[in-house]
Amino acid sequence: MSEPFLIGDCMTGGYGKGPDILHDCTIAVEKGEIAVIVGPNGAGKSTAMKAVFGMLDVRQGAVRLDGKDITKLSPQDRVLQGMGFVPQTHNIFASMTVEENLEMGAYIRTDDFSQTMEQVYDLFPILREKRNQAAGELSGGQRQQVAVGRALMTKPTVLMLDEPTAGVSPIVMDELFGRIIEVARTGISILMVEQNAHQALEIADKGYVLVQGANAYTGTGKELLADAEVRKSFLGG
Amino acid sequence: MSDTQKTYALFALVAVLILGTGFVQSWNTALFILNMGLISAIMSLGVNLQWGIAGLLNVGIMGFVALGGLATVLVSMEPVPDAWEAGGPRILMGLAVGAISIVALVLSYTKLPKGWVRAIGTIVVAVIGFYVTRSVLDPAVQAVEGVNPALTGYLGGLGLPVLISWPVGGLFAAAAAWVIGKTALGLRSDYLAIATLGISEIIIAVLKNEDWMTRGVKNVIGIPRPVPYEVDLQADPSFVERATSFGLDPMTASTIYVKLGYAVLFAIVLIVLLWLSQMALKSPWGRMMRAIRDNETAARAMGKNVTARHLQVFILGSAICGIAGAMMTTMDSQLTPSSYQPLRFTFLIWVMVIVGGSGNNLGSILGGFLVWFLWVQVEPLGAALMDIITSPMAEDSALRDHLVKSAAYMRLLTMGIFLLVMLRFSPKGLIPEK
Amino acid sequence: MMDILNALVVLANFVMIPAVAYGSQLALGALGVTLVYGVLRFSNFAHGDTMAFGTMVVILVTWWFQSMGISFGPLPTALLALPFGIAATAVLVIGSDRMVYRFYRQTKSEPVVFLIVSLGVMFVLNGLVRFIIGPNDQSFSDGERFIIKVGDFKKMTGLDEGLAIKTTQGITVVTAIVVVAALFWFLNKTRTGKSMRAFSDNEDLALLSGINPERVVFYTWLIVAALATIAGTLYGLDKSFKPFVYFQLLLPIFAAAIVGGLGNPLGAIAGGFVIAFSEVTITYAWKKVITYVVPETWAPDGLVQLLSTEYKFAVSFVILVIVLLIKPTGLFKGKSL
Repeated sequence: MSEPFLIGDCMTGGYGKGPDILHDCTIAVEKGEIAVIVGPNGAGKSTAMKAVFGMLDVRQGAVRLDGKDITKLSPQDRVLQGMGFVPQTHNIFASMTVEENLEMGAYIRTDDFSQTMEQVYDLFPILREKRNQAAGELSGGQRQQVAVGRALMTKPTVLMLDEPTAGVSPIVMDELFGRIIEVARTGISILMVEQNAHQALEIADKGYVLVQGANAYTGTGKELLADAEVRKSFLGG
Repeated sequence: MSDTQKTYALFALVAVLILGTGFVQSWNTALFILNMGLISAIMSLGVNLQWGIAGLLNVGIMGFVALGGLATVLVSMEPVPDAWEAGGPRILMGLAVGAISIVALVLSYTKLPKGWVRAIGTIVVAVIGFYVTRSVLDPAVQAVEGVNPALTGYLGGLGLPVLISWPVGGLFAAAAAWVIGKTALGLRSDYLAIATLGISEIIIAVLKNEDWMTRGVKNVIGIPRPVPYEVDLQADPSFVERATSFGLDPMTASTIYVKLGYAVLFAIVLIVLLWLSQMALKSPWGRMMRAIRDNETAARAMGKNVTARHLQVFILGSAICGIAGAMMTTMDSQLTPSSYQPLRFTFLIWVMVIVGGSGNNLGSILGGFLVWFLWVQVEPLGAALMDIITSPMAEDSALRDHLVKSAAYMRLLTMGIFLLVMLRFSPKGLIPEK
Repeated sequence: MMDILNALVVLANFVMIPAVAYGSQLALGALGVTLVYGVLRFSNFAHGDTMAFGTMVVILVTWWFQSMGISFGPLPTALLALPFGIAATAVLVIGSDRMVYRFYRQTKSEPVVFLIVSLGVMFVLNGLVRFIIGPNDQSFSDGERFIIKVGDFKKMTGLDEGLAIKTTQGITVVTAIVVVAALFWFLNKTRTGKSMRAFSDNEDLALLSGINPERVVFYTWLIVAALATIAGTLYGLDKSFKPFVYFQLLLPIFAAAIVGGLGNPLGAIAGGFVIAFSEVTITYAWKKVITYVVPETWAPDGLVQLLSTEYKFAVSFVILVIVLLIKPTGLFKGKSL
């Protein structure tokens, strides 16, 4: 089996000098695919993704992007390598306009990014409409679109989203998932942590169920949805 | 070296320094340093209570000290009958009207329905209250200040023993602290700092301008003392006899005796306050205060009313500074409003607290003595140093003249650098919190 | 009718013009404070003495220029010396950042610690300025004193009351407008300026976006140095230079920044004018204006001065307290708690 595009391989680690939160956890995404991490509260979902992004100490195991070992790189350096990260909260510059948010997303780029901005506006038409409005004034769903748009400005090869539909109404959630699928269609791999496991698994090519920092179930989205065990434990039967 | 040994050693060092001054320079200087050191130590104790134990930043120490000085005048100076006749009762009435106006203002703000009714109503109450108070006060103030302005021109005090003014000074400071605390606590620490700065500037401005209370820049001299007067001692034959038996001339002996008297009184106050502070620290109250300081969110989650506790500490610490202020003015025997520099003394006290050890009562006392000693002794040293540096220059050189005159500011500069260095490399101070 | 005009002239001369000038100076000072708060996230108590330092350098260079016979025509020579003052102050503040503040930034200390440290820096600056130039009043303005003189105005209009506009007041307003426009252009239209705003808005996200924090800090201090020197020089030209006064300006400047909303540049400007106008109107003796406007029988006896000028910073303080009690985030909703 060829190496996945992005893989956090058998990761064990925790924050700072604290205890291990992840235990031999493996998360992988193929190019252009959507991988989803689900599990109960406190399972270490966000922690696993943050480990892949370099925001915590991976004491055992490795993280590889397109074959390259990036375990020792800082988050900013991983952005330069082509990773994009959308935090769960405080993920926009609330006092700046939508367009300025996108500009800041492209901060590390030295070339002309106007085409990328157009692509983001094509993907999220509502942002074009509100480009000169302060991002903090937008609705929850629209803010999330700004957050994702910001991360897309560096033309990442893999985009990581931490609970993108947290606190958002079901209709907006559907819309967001629709957009995420479109982003994946452009060839960007998506790694996503989600609380709304059912809906997330429906759009997932690969799903990882984590329990207490370790892999519990792994499979395609459909496989996990069909699995009786998984359904009983996490999807409400 | 264990902690207690280190503490003893440091205090011994301070004692040696002061004794050394006595031998090398003069006993009067040494005792002056000792007395101001005692007062500074008390102020540091108060500030330490606020900062070290509760994490509150008080930049307006001078204001509370000035209130203590005011207390000595209002308590112990003899009332001026003519002035009282001219406008005393009316002034009191004016103050009462002012207080009522403020209460009315607060009531109108809290009771009126929100919206522009409240806005207009509060403004109207404020304006009316202001004008009524002024119309009652102003003529009375003018009348009082007109009575023999060269000698009095003010109302005087209650004529009570001066020692009573010390706790009264604490009360005045506590009242001011209550006002500030109610306003600024519970907000960011920066806001408290700016608010304390503001209140101290206003208090000092009031002292400088309200002649009917403090004679303003004319100063109040001849504040009664708790110790004998030098001239009286010199006139007392038995004292002169004992002085000569010690090998001292009566004049020096009398000044030393007076300073020793103050030293004893101040030391008693310091010891009492220290004992109270140590008891408070070790008590459940003290433990709770430190728990709040270390993790305020957790404390709040446990249901502790953090703001109320902070208010308590803020008031107590300020009261201590007020007591020290009264003591200082008593020792000076005069109230000089223009001498209250908001900057200089506040800064020194902070150096004392940080250098001595914030969070530790003994530390702040040590800091008080040590830093005060340095502050006083650095001046002649600095001047001497400047002389040496400028000696190769021409006698009448402007630069030399300027440098010599500026030696005093070198002191401020070096103290500032000293504070920054201590904050960086030894933020816990000489005697850290246990 | 003539009475109304006369009243307006008195109002303009003794209240409006001085308040506008003073408001501009406070606004520039408050901008410096609010920038440090917004980007570096602490209240810089050393700002007043930074202004004093900058002005001091400008004064020394001005004296040097004057001694060499260089002048600026009708404008004060100090304006020529301004770049030197800004450069020196920039070195000072960046130096103090490297030596003092950076350590606490790297160790993520509490804001209170930064405040105490800035107090330490304030004392050092305090001593330094007095050491170099002494504690007394220094005058350094030259050039044409008035744009319009009282006598000329009376001749032009035929009114009883005269109006004078000092050159320094005119310069203050013009300079303030230029500086503020430049600052807003920088913050809103340039990449560096936007990165500063982003950093102030959401530090973690800014770091994630690849914004270099030390560069942001560097540019912030540069701008602060310029604002402090300009504000201090304008104030010194208009009124006078005395180190202690600059320390006293801390209170109205902070009041202005807080009233406007700490961290919000627009708020700092608005706050500056709110404080300035309040101070001037409350300590002004309204007798003359009222006498012109009301019928004779109502004319006041006393000066109708609400508070004596001794208490002028009591005004900023009371406004500050009111804002803290009612709306701590300030007029323009800056960062607060």
